[in-house]
Amino acid sequence: MGRITLEAVTKRFGEVEVIPPLNLDIDDGEFVVFVGPSGCGKSTLLRLIAGLEDTSGGRILIDGKDATDTPPAKRGLAMVFQSYALYPHMSVRKNIAFPMRMAGVPQDEQDRRITAAAKALNLTDYLDRKPGQLSGGQRQRVAIGRAIVREPAAFLFDEPLSNLDAALRVGMRLEISELHNRLKTTMVYVTHDQVEAMTMADKIVVLRAGFIEQVGSPMDLYRAPKNLFVAGFIGSPKMNLIDGPEAARHGAHTIGIRPEHIAVSPTAGTWQGRVGVSEHLGSDTFFYVEGTGLAETITVRAGGDIDLHHGDTVFLTPDAAQMHRFDDTGARIA
Amino acid sequence: MATRQTAGLARLMRAPAIILLLIWMIVPLGMTLYYSFQNYNLLNPAAISWAGWFNYQYFVTDPAFMAAIRNTLVLVLGVLTITVVLGIAIALLIDKPIWGQGIVRILIISPFFVMPPVAALIWKNMIMHPSYGVFADIARFLGLQPVDWFAQYPLTSIVIIVAWQWLPFATLILLTALQSLDGEQMEAAEMDGAGAISRFVHLTLPHMARAITVVILIQTIFLLGIYAEILVTTNGGPGNASTNLTYLIYRAARLNFDIGGAAAGGIIAVILANLVAIFLMRAVGKNLD
Ligand SMILES: Nc1ncnc2c1ncn2[C@@H]1O[C@H](COP(=O)(O)OP(=O)(O)OP(=O)(O)O)[C@@H](O)[C@H]1O
Ligand SMILES: [Mg+2]
Repeated sequence: MGRITLEAVTKRFGEVEVIPPLNLDIDDGEFVVFVGPSGCGKSTLLRLIAGLEDTSGGRILIDGKDATDTPPAKRGLAMVFQSYALYPHMSVRKNIAFPMRMAGVPQDEQDRRITAAAKALNLTDYLDRKPGQLSGGQRQRVAIGRAIVREPAAFLFDEPLSNLDAALRVGMRLEISELHNRLKTTMVYVTHDQVEAMTMADKIVVLRAGFIEQVGSPMDLYRAPKNLFVAGFIGSPKMNLIDGPEAARHGAHTIGIRPEHIAVSPTAGTWQGRVGVSEHLGSDTFFYVEGTGLAETITVRAGGDIDLHHGDTVFLTPDAAQMHRFDDTGARIA
Repeated sequence: MATRQTAGLARLMRAPAIILLLIWMIVPLGMTLYYSFQNYNLLNPAAISWAGWFNYQYFVTDPAFMAAIRNTLVLVLGVLTITVVLGIAIALLIDKPIWGQGIVRILIISPFFVMPPVAALIWKNMIMHPSYGVFADIARFLGLQPVDWFAQYPLTSIVIIVAWQWLPFATLILLTALQSLDGEQMEAAEMDGAGAISRFVHLTLPHMARAITVVILIQTIFLLGIYAEILVTTNGGPGNASTNLTYLIYRAARLNFDIGGAAAGGIIAVILANLVAIFLMRAVGKNLD
């Protein structure tokens, strides 16, 4: 079981309130991702859940029991750190065994769990190496192995993939998702990479300056962002945001339209502009269209084989059904 | 890597320094070796003659010799134990943010700046003196008989003084090691259920192993040659109770004017020091690579 509830949890460092009173429910077995810009308090929130930071107010419940003042080791949670935090003078086997040794798990049970974890994480050949003799991806797997063998109520990950290169990141992302499907244990995952958030999460929590801007499934956030911040944060490339008369024409202060919801034509359409930079990805092409008079650039996505070049005139037609409208406070107009 | 040509050039450029160092070492060592085989007493400097192994035999069969070896070992091991254990403890204490940290750190380092004879004199006359030392005052305040440190516990007193002098060095090296310990590792261990003691044993100590090795090696080199502190406090006595090898050699040379005997003692000391060094490198040197 791994149900985590935060009730009006607050965190202050001296005078600075990093987390204002915050409420959040994490269901058993859920994969929850915290996203938000740098410094918004994602790590702090995770460390509060882990017990590595003391709360300044509010309660943290784990499986319904008040764990606010429970020391980290007693909360039954396992954490994977960004720097891996492996014990450098211990072999991989000893690293993975460490939490079980501390908990007094019998030796044969330890061996059984180590073997199983090593097999699941492709570490069998490296068990007798020291962390210094492993690659970044292997170290990350050892850190995950050390978390798995404790059979925790929930896993906490703090940007576990940010030290890995792009290709390895995609691989590890899949491995962690598979792990979640297999173990069905609650996972709380911090990242500022919104692709990770979109692909892995059951539920995304978007944070800004300690406030929860929106909580929902990846597709909820994509389809119906609650406000301008979430609209701009979720989606890649970013949603186009348009103010002024064009927005007023739709009865809003600001309208938002995603690059994939704008049709491109060399001959006719609602808006007119010039092609600026274009990015050809093969399957897709992104055009940054200038001189529309709506916003500095409008990003649009087109098919891979469209024949438009720098300086060409283009016509853009937004899909009205996919348009998002926001009022002057930035909140979504239903 | 360097080509053969540049390697040759490098060797040529290094040569003057190495040759100078070699002369610096070889000449005194050679002269000592030479005198150790001569009958040469300053009371009768004209009568120099070949002595064979006599000086060595004389030095080794001196009843003070075994006592000196034992005292040297006690001195080195005692000071090492005190400085390493207390050094770790103090380093752990001042690594935590405490009020007035800067001042505390300077105070703890300051004994290292006091030269050995001065430190020994202060301890002798102001702290351990049986009538007007601080310890005597404390003893009288508690209604106890003051201890005459240098008469009753001569070697222990010297161990205390020398440990006081070397504690800052040990603390400083160990503190630097402690400060380079990764905070996330500690937090990971905390989450893994390791208590403060387990964390110290499984993480802190292995992390500090290298620094402890450095402290032991460097201190041993200096502690084998302790001399000034003995000279100004106990003069090696009572009897031979606080005579170490260095002091025994000094006694042969300056009190008995026996240059040959002192030289033989010096050579024996060099051999013993090298034995200790080899033993130490075997025992703890593996922590260094
Ligand atoms: N020990 C501390 N003392 C004072 N302020 C702190 C402390 N730790 C964090 N903060 C502040 O709290 C805020 C949130 O920090 P946090 O590390 O949670 O950000 P984050 O969302 O994880 O950012 P990033 O994506 O860069 O890791 C920051 O403004 C930071 O300066
Ligand atoms: Mg962070």
